[in-house]
Amino acid sequence: METTIKFYQTDTFTVGNRLLSESERSVQAGMQRTNALNSGHRACQGCGEALGARFAVDAAMRAAGNDLIACNATGCLEVFSTPYPESSWQLPWIHSLFGNTAAVATGVAAAQRVKGTKTRVLAQGGDGGTTDIGFGCLSGMFERNDDVLYICYDNEAYMNTGVQRSSATPPAARTATTVPVGQHSNGNVFGKGKSVPLIAMAHEIPYVATASVADLRDLEAKVTKAMSIHGARYIHIHVPCPLGWGADPAHTIKLARLAIESGLFPVFEAEHGEITGHRAIREQVPVEDYLKLQKRFAHLFRNPKQVAVIAQLQAIADRNIRRFKLLEKSSLNTGGTAV
Amino acid sequence: MLKQIEGSQAIAEAIGLCRPEVICAYPITPQTHIVEGLGQMVDRGEISPCEFINVESEFAALSVAIGASAAGARAYTATASQGLLFMAEAVYNASGLGLPIVMTIGNRAIGAPINIWNDHQDSLSMRDSGWIQLYAETNQEAVDLHIQAFRLAEELSVPVMVCVDGFILTHAYERVDIPEQAQVDAFLPPFEPRQILDPIHPVTIGAMVGPEAFMEVRYLAHYKQMQALGLIPELAEAFQEQFGRDSGDLIKPYRSEDADTIVVALGSVNGTIKDVVDELRDAGMSIGSLAISTYRPFPHKAVRSALEHVKRIVVVEKSLAIGIGGIVATDVQMAVAGLHKPVHTVVAGLGGRPITRDSLRKLFHRADSGHLERLEFLDLKHDVVHEEIARMEAGRRSGPIAENILHSVGTVASQIR
Ligand SMILES: Cc1ncc(C[n+]2csc(CCOP(=O)(O)OP(=O)(O)O)c2C)c(N)n1
Ligand code: SF4
Repeated sequence: METTIKFYQTDTFTVGNRLLSESERSVQAGMQRTNALNSGHRACQGCGEALGARFAVDAAMRAAGNDLIACNATGCLEVFSTPYPESSWQLPWIHSLFGNTAAVATGVAAAQRVKGTKTRVLAQGGDGGTTDIGFGCLSGMFERNDDVLYICYDNEAYMNTGVQRSSATPPAARTATTVPVGQHSNGNVFGKGKSVPLIAMAHEIPYVATASVADLRDLEAKVTKAMSIHGARYIHIHVPCPLGWGADPAHTIKLARLAIESGLFPVFEAEHGEITGHRAIREQVPVEDYLKLQKRFAHLFRNPKQVAVIAQLQAIADRNIRRFKLLEKSSLNTGGTAV
Repeated sequence: MLKQIEGSQAIAEAIGLCRPEVICAYPITPQTHIVEGLGQMVDRGEISPCEFINVESEFAALSVAIGASAAGARAYTATASQGLLFMAEAVYNASGLGLPIVMTIGNRAIGAPINIWNDHQDSLSMRDSGWIQLYAETNQEAVDLHIQAFRLAEELSVPVMVCVDGFILTHAYERVDIPEQAQVDAFLPPFEPRQILDPIHPVTIGAMVGPEAFMEVRYLAHYKQMQALGLIPELAEAFQEQFGRDSGDLIKPYRSEDADTIVVALGSVNGTIKDVVDELRDAGMSIGSLAISTYRPFPHKAVRSALEHVKRIVVVEKSLAIGIGGIVATDVQMAVAGLHKPVHTVVAGLGGRPITRDSLRKLFHRADSGHLERLEFLDLKHDVVHEEIARMEAGRRSGPIAENILHSVGTVASQIR
């Protein structure tokens, strides 16, 4: 594919890393990267999803030798990148519906098998399209072990329709449909979350990973690793949404990092149903540090401060730390743990 | 080759001859035998190269076909009834994206009450989805229509539904002429997609389109369907040349040139109607019939010219637009608008109730003597209905209608009231 090379970030430690040898440099630092998601799209300032998608798709493009087709669910990523007659996609890309992306990708992969091509297939969607409405098709795709890499960009709500809750919305978060009301409700209820990475593992597919825009080298490494494998693969990327979270657009990476370091978003890898690696936290930060930066949790800090609710959220983070052994030495072998 | 064969198996063999590259379907009666047949043919290597994908729902089945078709593969699926409604969102999407998918509908009623038998409510509920809809009268025609459907779909880049009456056709063993592979190959060239997901020439398919262009896209979809009105007769003619059989086309008039009464219908019931027409013709009645083979696009001109000379039109249809009456009758009325012909709607055979020759004979006699209402329900059990209406009116609320009726006709012994 013809490529126009643009440099967005050439000298940051995370991306350009001139100190590393050519072979170890990130995809985004490379001269040959594709700009699969081109500039000029209409994502909000500081959109974690746009950032995550650009890094993920470019890494997948490099791994596939640019021989890649992408299928996209309805949602912010689709809407901000393809207002007709403009498209930001530099690779063959199809959007069909909100809930059928995994199945469309299955069809695309089937066509490649019939035609005997080596073209790889990527499917992507938001957390709503993945954990809720598209979940049936996703599970079917896992169960058949279709040769598709599915990437979920988790911004923890239905952003495209104006910030309503999804099954990935954290407890206590305010969304348009989980409004905290006086003493009666503290936002989204506890105990209703759905972990698609764990459910994906239960399908015993070859590769499952979580990643974050806080660690783009790790994200790239995981996409690259996923692309080296055939069969159904799933990567769940945590992507802060300044608009939906009520956060400063400049805080996107900071928030993503705090989600990891508090233990609220565990970063790990699994193969064939077994956890094979985790990204360690050097020092656990209190969940409050993370919550305080976002308006969706502001009701927890008004008078009186919702100490009990914050403690419940802290308990979730602590449980993640124990469950995924996050305070023990990192065991990810993707090579990208520098933050 | 002539075979004594089940309708579903004949359809499966016809699909196989069309060299589909991706087949994906979810089981639902009465479609099941078609996809089972295809699955076995793929397993035996009789259709090759071909991927047969088992999925978790009809919504996924058509979605897989959408992906496969967009990636340049000839894609096929089949469903019925609840399955078609379950995939409804993808049905509109496939036509919006202009993907030439072919889908068989084994026509079946839609619940509740759940019912597996034949009527046309399912496919007619998708009449405005942008799919071309062809209706088969016999199993031979079902076979022939599928072969024409792929060519039609691919020439226009629109999806095509081939509607086949559940059980009446799908499960009937009849003598069917299954064409030779070489004949089909000569009629149906390999699929050349109009747009394709190709890494060498990347395109964006399925972009978000605002008010400035959406109308135009819809208009063009309509325009393509109008083109089908010209292409379908051409294909039927080419088909006849290649296979020596008259199959498909827009409409099929029968003994109608000089008839006072013409009975219009879709699908297999035309067989029974023709038998009764023959009988009544012999008895001196001026009656004929008109099968509509292409329901979408609706062949207004052809229908109008076939009906121009008649005194009355009787549309016998296996569907009900609740709150209005007939679905097909509305289209027929539009076709004869301004000609001041009475159009009678006869809703018949819902949920698989047999449409008997005897009932049709009585119906046509009443039509001939000018005693037909504008809207009739053939063989409706009026006493049962009236009893339930009385019950509804006596109580403050109407109860579970189906259970009450089953109780009234003595099918269940329960005390549900
Ligand atoms: C069947 C269906 N229901 C609802 C919608 C409306 N809808 C479009 S995008 C969207 C939310 C997308 O949320 P998510 O998948 O989390 O992606 P995000 O926009 O947050 O990136 C909804 C509800 C739709 N397009 N289709
Ligand atoms: S609403 Fe959120 S996810 Fe959507 S474009 Fe804006 S920042 Fe990105």
